[in-house]
Amino acid sequence: MATFDDLDHLDAQAHVRGRSRYVDDEPRPEGLLFAAVLPSPVAHGKIRRLDTARAARRPGVRGVLTADDIPGENQIGSVLSDEPLLALDDVHYLGQPIALVVADDALGARHALRDIELEIDPLEVIVDPRRAYDAGHLIAEPQTLERGDVDGAFGGCYRVLEGRVEVGGQEHVYLETQRARAIPEEGRAMRILSSTQGPYLVQKTVARILGVAEHEVEVDVKRLGGGFGGKEDQATPWACLAALGAVATGRPVELVLSRAEDLMMTGKRHPYSADYRIGVSSLGQIEAFEGRYFQNAGAACDLSLAVLGRTLFHATNSYDIPHVRVWGAPCRTNIPPSTAFRGFGGPQGLFVIESAVTRAAESLGIDRESFQRRNLLSAESRFPYGQSAETVTIERCWDELDAAFDLADVRRRIDAFNLENVSVKKGFAVMPVTFGISFTATFLNQAGALLHVYTDGSVSVTTGGVEMGQGLFANMASVAARTLGIDPERIRIESTNTRRIANMSASAASSTTLLNGNATRLAAEQVRGRLLEHAAELHGGEAADYSIADGRVLRTGEAMGQLDWNGLVKSAYFHRVALSAHGFYRTPVIHFDAESGRGHPFAYHVCGAALVEVTVDGWRGTYDIDAVRLVHDVGRPLNRRVDLGQVEGGLVQGLGWMTVEDLRFDGAGRNLSGALATYKVPDVELVPRELDARLLEDDGPGGPGSEPGPYRSKAVGEPPLMYGLGVVFALRSALRALKPDRDFPFVAPMTPERVFMQLHGPVAGAGGGAVAAEADDLAEATPASAETVGV
Amino acid sequence: MESAPIRCLINDRDERIDPATVPSGLTVLDFIRNHLRAPGTKEGCKEGDCGACVVLVGELEPAGDRVRYWPVTSCMMPIAEAAGRHLVTVEGLDVGGPNMAQRLIVEEGASQCGFCTPGIVVSVMGRLVDGGSPPPTAGGDGPRSDALADDVDRALSGHLCRCTGYRSLRSATRRTFEALREHAGVDGLVSAGELPDSFLEVPGRLRDLRDAAATGGLDSAAAGPAPATPWVAGGTDLYVQRGETLPAAPVSSLHRVLAGRPEARGVRLDGESLRIGALTSFEELAQDPLLRARVPAIPQFMDLVASWQIRTRSTLGGNLINASPIGDVTILMLALGAVAVFEDLGGAGETRELPLEALYRGYKQLDRRPGEVLIEVRLPDLSASDRVHFEKTSKRRWLDIATVNSAVRVRLGDGVVEDARVAVGGVAPIPLFLPEASRALCGEPSLDRLQAALEAADAEIAPISDVRGSADYKRLLVRHQLAAHAATLLPALDADATYRAVATA
Repeated sequence: MATFDDLDHLDAQAHVRGRSRYVDDEPRPEGLLFAAVLPSPVAHGKIRRLDTARAARRPGVRGVLTADDIPGENQIGSVLSDEPLLALDDVHYLGQPIALVVADDALGARHALRDIELEIDPLEVIVDPRRAYDAGHLIAEPQTLERGDVDGAFGGCYRVLEGRVEVGGQEHVYLETQRARAIPEEGRAMRILSSTQGPYLVQKTVARILGVAEHEVEVDVKRLGGGFGGKEDQATPWACLAALGAVATGRPVELVLSRAEDLMMTGKRHPYSADYRIGVSSLGQIEAFEGRYFQNAGAACDLSLAVLGRTLFHATNSYDIPHVRVWGAPCRTNIPPSTAFRGFGGPQGLFVIESAVTRAAESLGIDRESFQRRNLLSAESRFPYGQSAETVTIERCWDELDAAFDLADVRRRIDAFNLENVSVKKGFAVMPVTFGISFTATFLNQAGALLHVYTDGSVSVTTGGVEMGQGLFANMASVAARTLGIDPERIRIESTNTRRIANMSASAASSTTLLNGNATRLAAEQVRGRLLEHAAELHGGEAADYSIADGRVLRTGEAMGQLDWNGLVKSAYFHRVALSAHGFYRTPVIHFDAESGRGHPFAYHVCGAALVEVTVDGWRGTYDIDAVRLVHDVGRPLNRRVDLGQVEGGLVQGLGWMTVEDLRFDGAGRNLSGALATYKVPDVELVPRELDARLLEDDGPGGPGSEPGPYRSKAVGEPPLMYGLGVVFALRSALRALKPDRDFPFVAPMTPERVFMQLHGPVAGAGGGAVAAEADDLAEATPASAETVGV
Repeated sequence: MESAPIRCLINDRDERIDPATVPSGLTVLDFIRNHLRAPGTKEGCKEGDCGACVVLVGELEPAGDRVRYWPVTSCMMPIAEAAGRHLVTVEGLDVGGPNMAQRLIVEEGASQCGFCTPGIVVSVMGRLVDGGSPPPTAGGDGPRSDALADDVDRALSGHLCRCTGYRSLRSATRRTFEALREHAGVDGLVSAGELPDSFLEVPGRLRDLRDAAATGGLDSAAAGPAPATPWVAGGTDLYVQRGETLPAAPVSSLHRVLAGRPEARGVRLDGESLRIGALTSFEELAQDPLLRARVPAIPQFMDLVASWQIRTRSTLGGNLINASPIGDVTILMLALGAVAVFEDLGGAGETRELPLEALYRGYKQLDRRPGEVLIEVRLPDLSASDRVHFEKTSKRRWLDIATVNSAVRVRLGDGVVEDARVAVGGVAPIPLFLPEASRALCGEPSLDRLQAALEAADAEIAPISDVRGSADYKRLLVRHQLAAHAATLLPALDADATYRAVATA
């Protein structure tokens, strides 16, 4: 019998043999048509003319649809209603869908796009969030979070440093591009296969677009070929378009974006530009921090407000700072609507505070890691939003990292290497991460699970969670098996389907196992309870005397002859005991008041610390990531291999974001990195061979009532991405070794071009990181860094 | 011309593809997914960057007794090129249960969303089936000097996995190689139960196809080029440039057009000259003993070019005629002093020779006459005592297009540079040979002489700002690369002193 922890990733057996089906791998229904989308060729403009007649006459074309053909409401915005499915009068980003062609084959549909006559009067394009802010283009009012007497604290600080930080966006590059298939059913019903993290969001948006009730729309999700946040909100339009095509033609319609289309049309991680101010005491304590974040939200709201909220929640990362004021503006620009991406605004917040911390340590002449360690949160600390840090384990993670890898020795080793070498230098950095777990919109922290036991003892479980590679199905199978006391092989995890689970929250916020695992546990507990009652009725005593373990029924811990799970189930059936249950879970305790900026928004925090070592080649500005070693707190893991896969995969995604993933738009809003030939993500060569991720196991989030689990496990999806941020600070330390007299800006990604030009390019314009208010060397302030903070 | 059916083996089935219903330019990927509806092969990018579509291509060795297998990105291979070959998808590797590679990927947790996984399985098995290469190296000590680890990385080089972070994939691949290296090759893997028995029949079945094509004109497209249709040598850039039009139309596979011309593929010695067939793949270049005897580091240079799964398709001739100003192999060939050998296929067989630097006249403008095809490349005077170095700077080290690449060949006599050839890519509309910088390098090596060469180079290049980097960056990069060449190639120059003189000035 498989134990719970060594349970294989449930999908992997099929994956390796090429037998896993993704949306378009499913057998094609009769009459299936293929759709292609006409994107806006400009980033901002007014549509003067849109004529589809010629395209519609092409052989093989079955329909050309525009906003006028939408039977319901032309609106897909899930938070604010600011995003049409198909552009009507104006376009706001390059790639915005304008029309849909449905044809007999996909290539024919794409070719027909060229026959659509489109004239657009261009309008001014803004891609820079600060410019958008200055022009008053905001998605919503700026958000703030404040604690303590910030202005007073700065006045009393030994040193105050300020500067600017730039951090780029990130393309998800899920290997499977966006896709959906819509199959019209009897009456007004529509069945949709979608590659989405948010099946319910697809369901309700399709209903809105088609003008039908939500119960007419069934969304089924077998699995995703990667999501990473990019299919939370942004899978919806493609499903809606397929459904629109299906309604118009009465035939099934499949829409699969090519990689080029996906890169052009879909939103990415938010780029940020930020200003920071940090004040430290003469003892090396951080006394005050102020951050101002200009979020590049793109052309529509999407999830930007929640993303920005998380930036502010994570603005102090793992540090205990008594006086904090953070402010963020969601700036509307003419790039595709920026969206969820693993970390959800948290990483940008972490990047800014790590930059500030680095600057402060450099200014004080203290080793960066000593300064960081000195300022870590303890269990007695409080976050700026008022929540206690009692579940925070960052000191323990840091100290375990130090104990395992000896940070002082690392520094000695690297200093010695740098003394001996002229053109090649090494650097390192420690990256602590403290990340809050829960949807920050409290109402989303709910989930349902449906569990059936069949009379042969096999079990079917449906949850509201989506398998996108993260190993959810393995986790759900372990939870169900563990709760029922049977072999995980008896459990089948079903596709995620809106007819079986209603009103599900998206698989996001690192909370999918937490929410759906607990719902599964609750469903399984109901059935187990009824079975044990039944055992007591049959064999006497109380239900509490009975239990099930390893598929056997026990009475006060002793086996009961031949009575096993199968026998008990069969007997229960004949005695008309309900063998199905729906479990519903809501995370306890959490709440947050946006008005006061106070509350307890997170069930708990996940922590860890990573040591990143690099070597920079001064000749070429290229570099190697030599090693990443880390300690990550997983509580009591449901499945160590699944957790390790999340830790390593997240880390590498973070390393990519900080190094080679260079998302760039030109002034006309064109994506200059619109192909995998220009947008590079980590390949095997980029990843250090010395990658040592250690799982710290503890008892899970402590304290009754704040113990989400399931089974004292901790969330693991997003936090590890942020270890990748360490590479920028490691590179910086190597750069300082190569050119000690240079000041280097805080900017990501650190592409080889940036590294090279920071080293060898002209000094002017390097700005952003320089000291401004530092009392003893004010004279060094460059114009770029002198931009002052002030609301 | 193209009305003859394309006959090939796909997995264990004979396929007869009618060009009337399937355009010969259609990609193998589209044929597999849309016509065969075999969904294990995935489309991730259609530009060779992700590896989700990798299949094996088996090709009968000239002797006809053995099939050599290469992993290729099927999104850039026209179905025309399948003729006479054996295509193997992940389904075709199936032995009724998971094989070793598959078991270990599961065991290591190296498959998460699964979308990249089938392609990776194909590459890993491809490394083992390939009968033409030595089996994967035995393991060594230490992460940095570990030849097996290098082998593992090379096998995974053309694959993107966005989920796992590669550590588990490395581990699974390494364990597979360790377990099966003794069984490498078709026969060994079949007897170990790791490959379907049907592979044993493939040489005979491909021989039948070859014989049928030779006698019955079943594959009569091989008889000559179709001038109206695009010629495809490897297609690895052509299909990126024209991915929407080529698949809808017929193409002429140069492998088929030149099937009767053995000199068009492979490396041979001809007096003082080395002759390289235009259809020689990059991977064949990297492995060729004659070339390695003269340029020992060529395998390391080739690691910087594309990926294994693309190098198996990309050809020398395709790279030169594609005329990308940044073509890696083109830059290397310029430095090696290559001469292009053209032939008008409609003519009487006479050839025309042209030094490579004379071929390029402007952006993608060639001194090539209508009907002429590049048959060979001649390296007139490359000797084993020449020193050659190649530099490439790109955003990502592997499978990326260079920002700047460069190659230098020097001939030393008593430490004095008697001859030098400097070529640089990415700094002009054409792949650039630098005559002045080459001249300036000649003589007794010194930092002053190097500075003079750098100044000469600076005057010869004209980089522009684009997505690969700013003009300023490229200009400085050329300077640094050339200095690095000098420090590498000229023992008289101290590397640190050169660095200080050039990079900290």
